[in-house]
Amino acid sequence: MHFDSPEAVSAALKSAQYLPDARISQVVFLADRLSKPVLVEGPAGVGKTELAKTMAIVTGRDLIRLQCYEGLDEAKALYEWNYKKQLLRIQSDVDHDWDTISHDIFSEEFLLTRPLLAAIRSPDPVVLLIDEVDRVEIETEALLLEILSDFQVSIPELGTMVAATQPLVFLTSNNTRELSEALKRRCLFLHIDYPDPEREEEILAARVPGLAEHLASQVAKVARSIRGLDLKKAPSISETIDWARTLLALSIEQVDEEVLGDTLHVLLKYQTDIEKAAKELTSSGR
Amino acid sequence: MLPVITGFVDELRRSGVPVSMVEAIDAMKAVEAIDLSERVALRETLRATLVKNLRHERAFDTAFDVYFSTVPALAEEDADSLDQAQPGGEVSDPESGAQAPAFDLEALVDSLLEALEGLDAEALRRGARDAVDNLAGMEPGRPVGGTYYLYRTLRRLDMDDLEEQLTEALLADNDLTEFERRLLEEEIETRLEMLRREIEEEIRRRLVADRGRDAVARTLRRPLAEDVDLMHATRAELAEMEAAIGPLTRKLAARLARRRKRRTGRLDFRRTVRRSLATGGVPVDPQFRYPRPHRPEVWLLCDISGSMATFSRFTLQFTHAMSTHFSRLRTFAFVDTVDEVTEFFGPGVDFGSAVDRITTEAEVVWLDGHSDYGNSLETFYSRYGRQMTSRTTVIITGDARNNYRPARDSALSEVARAARAVIWLNPEPHAYWDTGDSAMSHYARHCTSVHEVRTLRQLEEFVENLTLPSARPLQNA
Repeated sequence: MHFDSPEAVSAALKSAQYLPDARISQVVFLADRLSKPVLVEGPAGVGKTELAKTMAIVTGRDLIRLQCYEGLDEAKALYEWNYKKQLLRIQSDVDHDWDTISHDIFSEEFLLTRPLLAAIRSPDPVVLLIDEVDRVEIETEALLLEILSDFQVSIPELGTMVAATQPLVFLTSNNTRELSEALKRRCLFLHIDYPDPEREEEILAARVPGLAEHLASQVAKVARSIRGLDLKKAPSISETIDWARTLLALSIEQVDEEVLGDTLHVLLKYQTDIEKAAKELTSSGR
Repeated sequence: MLPVITGFVDELRRSGVPVSMVEAIDAMKAVEAIDLSERVALRETLRATLVKNLRHERAFDTAFDVYFSTVPALAEEDADSLDQAQPGGEVSDPESGAQAPAFDLEALVDSLLEALEGLDAEALRRGARDAVDNLAGMEPGRPVGGTYYLYRTLRRLDMDDLEEQLTEALLADNDLTEFERRLLEEEIETRLEMLRREIEEEIRRRLVADRGRDAVARTLRRPLAEDVDLMHATRAELAEMEAAIGPLTRKLAARLARRRKRRTGRLDFRRTVRRSLATGGVPVDPQFRYPRPHRPEVWLLCDISGSMATFSRFTLQFTHAMSTHFSRLRTFAFVDTVDEVTEFFGPGVDFGSAVDRITTEAEVVWLDGHSDYGNSLETFYSRYGRQMTSRTTVIITGDARNNYRPARDSALSEVARAARAVIWLNPEPHAYWDTGDSAMSHYARHCTSVHEVRTLRQLEEFVENLTLPSARPLQNA
């Protein structure tokens, strides 16, 4: 299924409760149209991973996820030979000569597919999510290059496996380190920032049913105000959603200083940040 | 479209944004797939394909405004309005045409207010166009970037007054708490910023119509964040660099911790045997002991004298970011003597307050507050030298301008002997070293390496290429 226009992307995502801005829907549309991977970058908690998940839902594809971490290697990302099975095969077979067996044990039967290869070999198109790609070492990044540019994987013993269907690929990065030029060159770049209050209001309305409109607008404005401060960790969208839920659960109708002071720990997770925000936002700060 | 895109790509390259051939081709392909009449779509398409670094977005936005600004319908009007505004930027011009009424500043302000209040983008744009028509006093042919025109328009519109009136208009009831007032103020700020941007864009549009894209683009070109001189960076530029500091310190931490690469560690016999049980005692899957990552110890020695104000702010920020990656990071500040400031920078401490505490609490001035590297280094060694081990990497940041005092570099040689490595980062251009009161070469001969770090890019290069001698075994333990 292909999208006709960025508006179609936007409408589809909205139907799954994800509210994209113009930039997001445009880039996703291009990714779909040009069959290019998307590198999604931005602060934690702005919906990078969520975007990939939602795309899987709206396109009805399976989501294959590769969570990156330091020390990720080929055997965990691409494929591995099933040594144990190979060994059993050799042990159980005494009739054939060595040549036949050695050919035999490097066949697909003995191949353990890992996420990247699984995405390539899937008969139905999938959404491939390579999460937090900035966590792998720069050397490991090279593993991804072949799959990103040509949608294929080369296995020395078997040859090259080309994708049967085009997967839709999302890479996310928190920008804890600069990714290599080679990787960036192969991707479309999408930076997602904190939403402006209007969009955040819409998100809140979609995600927190029963939230009064003026409360949503207040929550969004407070969130913007807090993000403007110099904090260790600014509140993410999921945290503002949590906060709105908290307010709803406490049946609070108006955000004032007292409410803010009591519930600030839902938005901020560091004591120094809480103190600072409390000082800045309440009257004693002036 | 093709020549416009290639021109645009060229302009990006000229302003320093690296755009590869492949990316340019991608952009062309992508442009074919979209509806060209949509400006936002075009902008986001080009952005996604051409710009792969957040720091380059400002350059992209400027270039995009210049290259794709001319709304066709406006072209004729432009010529008119430029003629109109010619005589010294007169505020009103009664002869401007039959339909156009005499310019009325109050009416304009009113309509702008209305647009701002109701967040009417179309009306705002019209208002901005009006304002530029009548207030900017643009003179065709002048090779300017438009900052002055912007300033003039905003002054004549009287933004402070506008802010007040808007506050009044939005202030539904009068008893707002401080907290609500603050939220409102921020809202107003954002809206006024919208107007400002609208006007700026309009001026840029006129400039392009007047002088052509390339000329305007040339005047508007600014160095990228990574090329700004750290000694003279403005506050806004420093803020822009801040985002880059985090990733960089992480990388530095990784570089310092790295040892010579061994492919595998020693065989872990116990785990291999344990694993072999699954395969009937055949050790199919040998297990290895991997070498433990090396825990580096970093000592940072920063010159925080007046001449280094901007740079030291940057290095301190760098230090602050580093403190989350190194458990054993010690920071020292000096002017003419040295004091330890590590405790001011613990993780979770707010950066601004840390800097305040350093300037008020740390004892870094002994005599007159002019840099004295010799005394600082001697004090440093005599006070802290004994705690240094062969794992300690000492990083010194400073311009080595000693105010013609004796270099007294023997202390540094002692430091170099005790530590694993001494690295000096100098924010001055290499050509200025050893001129005037700079004593760089005296100190340089004791350092493991000396680097010119004038820009963020150079700092990145330094971190990228950093290799250190491996930690020496502890002597006479």
